Amino acid sequence: MRPEPMAAPPGGPVPPPPDEDLDTVRLTPRQIAYARRKKAFVRMAKTYRKSAMGMWGLGILIFVVLVALFAPVISDKNTMVPTCTCTGAPFQPPNGEFWFGTDNLGRSVYTMTVWGARISLTVGLAATLISMIIGALLGIVAGYYGGWLEKLLMGVTDWFLVLPWLALAIVLAAVLGRSLAIIIFVIGITSWPGTARIVRAQTLSVKTRPYVERSRALGASNWHLISRHILPNVGPLIFANTILTVAIAILSEATLSFLGLGDPLSVSWGTMLEFANNAGAATTGKWWWLLPPGLAIVIVVLAFTMCGFALDEILNPKLRER
Amino acid sequence: MGTRGYLFGKVLRAFLTLLFVLVFNFVLFRVMPGDPASLLLRGTSAYNPQNVAAEKERLGLNKPLPVQFIKYMGSTLRLDFGDSFKYQGLRASTVISQRVWPTVLLVGTSTIASILIGLLIGIWSGWRRGTMIDYGSLGFTLFVYAMPEFWLGMLVLMAFAGGVGPFPAIFPTGGYETVGADLTGFAHAFDVLNHMVMPFFVLTVAYLGEFAIIMRNSLIDVMADDFVMTARAKGVRENQVLWRHVVPNALLPTWTLTMLSLGFVFGGAITVEYVFSWPGLGFLTVDAIESKDFAVLQALFLIFSAAVIISNLIADVTYMYLDPRVRAA
Repeated sequence: MRPEPMAAPPGGPVPPPPDEDLDTVRLTPRQIAYARRKKAFVRMAKTYRKSAMGMWGLGILIFVVLVALFAPVISDKNTMVPTCTCTGAPFQPPNGEFWFGTDNLGRSVYTMTVWGARISLTVGLAATLISMIIGALLGIVAGYYGGWLEKLLMGVTDWFLVLPWLALAIVLAAVLGRSLAIIIFVIGITSWPGTARIVRAQTLSVKTRPYVERSRALGASNWHLISRHILPNVGPLIFANTILTVAIAILSEATLSFLGLGDPLSVSWGTMLEFANNAGAATTGKWWWLLPPGLAIVIVVLAFTMCGFALDEILNPKLRER
Repeated sequence: MGTRGYLFGKVLRAFLTLLFVLVFNFVLFRVMPGDPASLLLRGTSAYNPQNVAAEKERLGLNKPLPVQFIKYMGSTLRLDFGDSFKYQGLRASTVISQRVWPTVLLVGTSTIASILIGLLIGIWSGWRRGTMIDYGSLGFTLFVYAMPEFWLGMLVLMAFAGGVGPFPAIFPTGGYETVGADLTGFAHAFDVLNHMVMPFFVLTVAYLGEFAIIMRNSLIDVMADDFVMTARAKGVRENQVLWRHVVPNALLPTWTLTMLSLGFVFGGAITVEYVFSWPGLGFLTVDAIESKDFAVLQALFLIFSAAVIISNLIADVTYMYLDPRVRAA
């Protein structure tokens, strides 16, 4: 163990700090922690940039987010309102006016795909947020406190892990009704068990480290230990897991919407495929109606998965050992 | 804790999980908006306040919740799930039993096919780790993972039933058999197979990636073990090292996954059955969602969950015999 820097004798001259490391004596603990985290983040970003998979994923994601943000600029929303005169004749193949063709109501498939990005991303991110909060909370509490609380929480986690999630989500969505908030809630509530298990395992390993024990010996409260020592160390893993969960949440949203459980007023890529299936687009060969939403799902899910893999390789201690 | 304690713990856990599902099922379908009595009579000529009240009385919806719960548990144990809301006059259990065989046939065969093909791909790419074969199969697996299986189903349907562009429309657009053909014997079997080709293909492709990845990673782990080096040092031929030493040990972790996925045989193909109008439990689920047939939906959820819980239990128990280390622990 490194000895603590010695305090200057009272009255005597303060010796200049011999190196950069001792300079930290003059900083508050908060500043030290901030500087260290900034350093760690820069180091992580540098490693991440070396991953071709991660950079491709990130590039695609930035593109999709831009498309979603600028949807009103790059497309005319009215072309997907069936009552508007600006919609075209039904079932037009791609042409100069409608780049991706039109559907059975003459709506522009291009516009719907662009605006669908908003719904799919929103649902994916919001549902993941719910799933992360539940998973991280249960994982940290179970791992930190242990005992009967851990047994109970992990029992509940195992239950959710075993239940067929799609059947559970279908039953919940069917009973609760068709709205965007319910879809987000249902996906969030069915996708957290994996996170809870990973977070618990990492919490168990962090909590026995010497600096946590030292902090406890100095009289730190449970809240201090969790918020200042456990959470910052579990955080990166939660983040990598979050990115992978978004991919699953977007796929789940597409599946539920395809089964007719989505919000009929906010058209996502899954809803488009539901419309297409109901109108028999496949058997009548309307390829321009099927390809854009499906490809959009594949590309976004791939991009999130690639980013998640790249982050996982940097942040997951288990994978790093190999 | 010995073998008996391990077994007891697993059985107890499976039992508790099942109980949890039962309670969940009971609570959920009682807090939902709209009561079953009016849903049951909705759209029929008998829909009036008196009949709804009488129906409520018959279904026992006026009794206190604990009494309802005991009644519900009793009828569930007798596999009695009440009347179907949509198919008037039919029991939910009857409606479901008619749909079991098509699902078992389709999903069962495609799961077995995807296990076999997936394991072979996994062995192949793990053994040749870092080659083009490995990267190719990893990329393929990732792509299939990112693809909603119902979208793949629609594309296959469009190509080989819709006959778009250069593709031949060689398969029927959906269903289990040709309606009204009244075929028997071999001709009937062939007709069913002809309807099954496309959904079978889609499900096999959709599932095999998972098996390939697990097998590949497990194989790579085992290849680093000491006994593999010993085998090579003894001069065992490479083929023998792979099939006699590495593969049997690498198969262990995949066993659990295999058993688990067999549990999903009943409920795993909801969207694909829907796309191909395959009259199985998955298609029935979508049907029940659309017609708000909660009696059938409730029973289906119970069946899907029970199938997974039971196959999970079988996986744990058989694993104990396959891997003695579990018994020792």
